[in-house]
Amino acid sequence: MLELLWLVPALPLASFAVLALFGRRMPDRAVAALGAGSIGASAAVSMLVAAAFLSNPPGGNAYTQVLWTWMSASGFEPQIVLRLDPLSLVMMLVVTFVSFLIHVYSTEFMAGDDGYSRFFAYMNLFVASMVTLVLAGDLLLLLLGWEGVGLCSYLLIGFWYRDPANGAAGQKAFIVTRVGDTAFLVALFILFTNLRTLDIQEVMRRALAEWPVGSGLAVASAALLLGGAVGKSAQLPLQTWLPDAMAGPTPTSALIHAATMVAAGVYLIARTHRLFILAPPVMTAVAVIGAATLLLAGFSALTQHDIKRVLAYSTISQIGYMFLALGVGAWASAIFHFMTHAFFKALLFMAAGVVINALHHEHNMFRMGGLRRRLPIAFWTFTIGGASLAGLPLITAGFYSKDRIIWDAWVSEGGGAGLWLAAILGVFLTSLYIFRAVFLVFFGEARTEIEKRPGAAIIVPLAVLSVLSIAGAWVPGFFSFLTPALPPFIEYHTGALTETISAVTAAGAFLFGLYLAYFFFHRRRDYAAAIAAAPLGRALHNWWFAGWGFDWLYGRVFVRPVEGMARVNRKDVFDPIYNGMAALAALCWKLLSGTQTGLLRRYAAGIAAGVIVLVAIALFL
Amino acid sequence: MILLWLIVIPIAAGAVAGLAGRWSKPAARWVSLAAVSADFAIAVALWVRHAGTLSLAGRPVWIVEWRREWIPEFGISFHLGMDGLSLLLVTLTFFLGIVSVLVSWTEIREGVGFFHLNLMWILAGIAGVFLALDLFLFYFAWELMLVPMYFLIAIWGHGRRVYAAVKFFIFTQLSGLLMLIAILALFFLHHSATGVYTFDYLALLNTPIPPGTATWVMLGFFIAFAVKLPMVPLHSWLPDAHTEAPTAGSVILAGLLLKTGGYGLIRFILPLFPDAARAFAPAAMVLGVVGILYGAIAAFGQTDFKRLVAYTSISHLGFVLLGVFAFTPLALTGAVVTMLAHGISTGALFVIAGAVQHRIHTREMGRMGGLWDTMPKMGGAALFFALGSLGLPGLGDFVGEFLVLLGTWPVSRVLAVLAAAGVLGATLYALRLVQRVFQGPNVHQWRLPDLNAREALVIGAMSVVLLWLGLYPQPVLDAFSPSPAVAQQEARR
Repeated sequence: MLELLWLVPALPLASFAVLALFGRRMPDRAVAALGAGSIGASAAVSMLVAAAFLSNPPGGNAYTQVLWTWMSASGFEPQIVLRLDPLSLVMMLVVTFVSFLIHVYSTEFMAGDDGYSRFFAYMNLFVASMVTLVLAGDLLLLLLGWEGVGLCSYLLIGFWYRDPANGAAGQKAFIVTRVGDTAFLVALFILFTNLRTLDIQEVMRRALAEWPVGSGLAVASAALLLGGAVGKSAQLPLQTWLPDAMAGPTPTSALIHAATMVAAGVYLIARTHRLFILAPPVMTAVAVIGAATLLLAGFSALTQHDIKRVLAYSTISQIGYMFLALGVGAWASAIFHFMTHAFFKALLFMAAGVVINALHHEHNMFRMGGLRRRLPIAFWTFTIGGASLAGLPLITAGFYSKDRIIWDAWVSEGGGAGLWLAAILGVFLTSLYIFRAVFLVFFGEARTEIEKRPGAAIIVPLAVLSVLSIAGAWVPGFFSFLTPALPPFIEYHTGALTETISAVTAAGAFLFGLYLAYFFFHRRRDYAAAIAAAPLGRALHNWWFAGWGFDWLYGRVFVRPVEGMARVNRKDVFDPIYNGMAALAALCWKLLSGTQTGLLRRYAAGIAAGVIVLVAIALFL
Repeated sequence: MILLWLIVIPIAAGAVAGLAGRWSKPAARWVSLAAVSADFAIAVALWVRHAGTLSLAGRPVWIVEWRREWIPEFGISFHLGMDGLSLLLVTLTFFLGIVSVLVSWTEIREGVGFFHLNLMWILAGIAGVFLALDLFLFYFAWELMLVPMYFLIAIWGHGRRVYAAVKFFIFTQLSGLLMLIAILALFFLHHSATGVYTFDYLALLNTPIPPGTATWVMLGFFIAFAVKLPMVPLHSWLPDAHTEAPTAGSVILAGLLLKTGGYGLIRFILPLFPDAARAFAPAAMVLGVVGILYGAIAAFGQTDFKRLVAYTSISHLGFVLLGVFAFTPLALTGAVVTMLAHGISTGALFVIAGAVQHRIHTREMGRMGGLWDTMPKMGGAALFFALGSLGLPGLGDFVGEFLVLLGTWPVSRVLAVLAAAGVLGATLYALRLVQRVFQGPNVHQWRLPDLNAREALVIGAMSVVLLWLGLYPQPVLDAFSPSPAVAQQEARR
């Protein structure tokens, strides 16, 4: 069964090729069957492979499938090789399964769009790229998947291409993540130049053997890989593309935020964790970036009007938790949170999509309201997703995964009170902003008419994900299964806290956030408005609303200078030099041809003058 | 003998097409198509037959050689030879030759016979450049490319075509004269050292040259190749020539003519002047990186479709210059892959630019926008080749540029990082191109026919080649690995 592994990326890729080449001539039903069916088949194969792996683990707890040698030149021999180990297996299962649900949902959500086949082609390519990224056994192949998801995010964010704003958002996503990719590229140069291979396991083995902890090369390569990871995972300072990525169709957002793309950075760090262990300063940076990002994004989420932007900032914030976990060495906790996040974030986006579609594509939460009774499915699923996101104690999956990270942030060697407090504050913010959305959208008075109600293809995926958002953390043996691939977490010091106190504090933060949301956005909305209208409140609101002004800053520091340079140089500064030479030649021609008058006496005078000059030179020199 | 056919067939076909064009335009087209197809078949057959022996590392493997005395008094012979490098470039030449004939099928309506005469003779000249092993013959072929190209631009071009053609001619002709002087200098240096007058490449390889002199002679060659490549700041002819040329002219200019510059660097500069080239390498690498970045920024600022693509060539060929002078096998390998992949991806972008211009009679991107609405196939194709241009893994350009960067890193980290930033620049211009032409609202209400069967065939074939180069470039790497190895050995001597 294990040898079927190559089908997991190949099926979506083949379906992409068929849809891209012939999709426009296919009826929508066929497109939907192929587009969603291929992902379903891929998920089914994943499960078969996983079952085979679990029932009869291959030697070394990893199965490697070499497809072909990509290229071979002067000792550089990257291969097209898939590698299945506990880490990639978990990722593969989550990615294919959640993607399948999103595709099923899309068959109904996108119905009637004139780019129906194009949409499924791009989505299929997205999944194929992500699976390639996850299964790659070689860093260069990983880069292929990595760039592939970047490309697909560009294509899907700008899917409705007629509006230039969507195109701009798509380009922004591609360009910003490619800034990180450039760092990734340079990391590959360092790794290959010094370790003579890009095979991931071999790189890790040789790095461990040849580089001491804290060596310059290890720090440099880990830092550069981190640069790639913050781009793809939308962490500080490259987080700016993700809020704009909302321009894409809602299923795209679900795919980007839950199953693909933003998880890539988390996966990369987990995959190359040995390199990060060799670079303690970079580990600290990962944790600090995570903590800072989760707070900044949490504050920004508080102020958004657009329901999808709230969710976008919440993704940035939750990925921040994963980075925090990675940074303190809690590798498996990060993957665990990735998994539960995939469930509840996909659920939230898809529920939000139901709301948006029902209200004539309205995104502004302040123009929604009272949908609790009129769209009960959306209400319940969104609330379940929100509760899981915020970590409703004891019964939601999100609580368990986040609670682990909070505790790890305290007890790990690199952890401590600062990171722990940031994580707790994050819980409060999460609870506040997501229930703010719940109260604004589903409570209060109705403001807009319902246009559309969801059908089965939308309801079933929502139901499945609701169950998973609650029960998804119940995976017996998850952490011990990952141990061969990811080193177990070591509790270093406990100090004043116990795990129970930490959990109770988190639960308290959740309840406090929920209460404030209830108070300010349901009972006394006028208070919230008054705070936002006060001078300080307004300044903060505007600052957070604009994502802490990063776009403004980058616009001035990077975008405008480059555009200015390009504009100034449109005519090519070198051209006038050559044209000047040509003009000079033309001028000489003009002057000299002026002497050609046809008058004999002038010629005679000229000859005489020449003779005199020559004689003079001969005499005096 | 088979090498001679590669050159004679297009020359003869050009003459026939020139005459036949007076009576029948289709006849001229079909004769040309048959000739380039025959040559392409020969090149592929040679590749298949010699695939095993190409990868013998070490000595130069001239898989085919052909030599006749020409002017023995001056040591001039008609000496042709093919190794892996020339095989690849000759194959590319006739592949793009077929493309050029097909894209001109309906675009060229006036002077069809003379057009194909010029087209065929350019291709013959390019093949001669890639095959000549006698420097006199090489110079002859170098000039043979030039004159018909001048006519191609000046007669069938657009807008400021005469300006562009004259500019092209002066730049290449002047730099060619420098190369002629350098060739003669080499010729006399060889005579003074050995007492033998010869233009033969293999004999001249071992000419002892005093270091100071070597630098000057090398610069003569270098400037000629750098103008063709083109290297900033000698690139000024390129945007005008590419933009004003007819589609076939743009394809040949970008896909092939620029490659003669890269080929010259690898075939002549490195082996003939190993020490001088090594001393000159840092400057050349810096100029390469300047070209990468300058080309990208300049492309980003353009509003003319073809002009934008023209500037991207400057950026991509900067990688070739960087790769050749990094003096590492990986970088040199990358430079050659970049030459091939650029020929395909940029050639295809020019095909698309030509197809758009043919339909709406403008190249100004402000007059376009939203063309995906009406030409989704062409939009998809443009997107595909734009992705090639921005170095997406899985397509040919990525392999070349990645190898160049990987090979440059141990030599100069700063330059490698700056060049990697050039890849980022490529993202900017490639996405802008797609955005402004095919996306956004269709404000001008264009209703245009999508790719026809002939265009789809051309684009499809080029797509397959680009994917092949990107996913399984091994046959290409095997084919030329000896040549770079030789150049390396010679350079290290």
